[in-house]
Amino acid sequence: MRRDIFQAIADPTRRAILVLIAVHAMTPNAIAEHFDITRQSISKHLRILSECDLLAQKQEGREIFYELKIEKMEEIDVWLAQFRKITEERFQQLDQVLFILKNKKK
Amino acid sequence: MSLLFDFTVDKATKTIHITREFAADLDLVWDAFTKAEILDQWIAPKPYKARTKEMDFREGGRWLYAMVSPVEVKCCSMVEYIKIQPKTSFSTKNTFADENAQPRGNGFSLVKNSFKEGAGITTVYVEKVFNDLATLEMMATNGFKEGTAAGYENLDEYLLTLVTNK
Repeated sequence: MRRDIFQAIADPTRRAILVLIAVHAMTPNAIAEHFDITRQSISKHLRILSECDLLAQKQEGREIFYELKIEKMEEIDVWLAQFRKITEERFQQLDQVLFILKNKKK
Repeated sequence: MSLLFDFTVDKATKTIHITREFAADLDLVWDAFTKAEILDQWIAPKPYKARTKEMDFREGGRWLYAMVSPVEVKCCSMVEYIKIQPKTSFSTKNTFADENAQPRGNGFSLVKNSFKEGAGITTVYVEKVFNDLATLEMMATNGFKEGTAAGYENLDEYLLTLVTNK
């Protein structure tokens, strides 16, 4: 299942997990120690983050380490570009409205 | 005529600065930003159209409007007027709300619109501060993206600095 980055950051626990693994790669157990919730719900959050394509997995011995794919956070820049575009188009619409109103006045 | 459009983002302060020139005098541009019947004509991104439900342009008043497309109605955007200096500037708090003006989610932005008259040109300067980046995204797509209207809490400063420092 593909999800988008907004679902990742919509939840406070997931944001906290992102902060933790941004510093260094961690095992699910090490992550779970930081939270007062069940290991099961940590797994659920990790699964969602993984589906958002924010996690990279590294196998070391018997342990799996998760780390943050920082480049994915660049999607924020895409949102900004979207906002710029919408603003630009909106103001072009206003140009037209102003043009019509000015001509009505004359 | 080419009109200035400047758009800069300061991610650290979650602020967007927009400067835009319009080929009209101050009175008209001021009206276009403050009167519902004109706002409805330009504020919505295509194919949506804005439909004002309530407008009370005074300090403490608010503007409530819906976005309407041929197939759906997105309700509502709410603009609360905080401070108004006629023909100079006005500040607002912008949120998403339901039809009864009850806020949806915790996201908001604080906006200051300033106006400066030149020769046949009026320059509008907009400063928009978002309470978090998720709100910014929500406002950017005007809540059209599914699920984003659900209340996002503050995005950690850390994620923000990650992005800023890249």
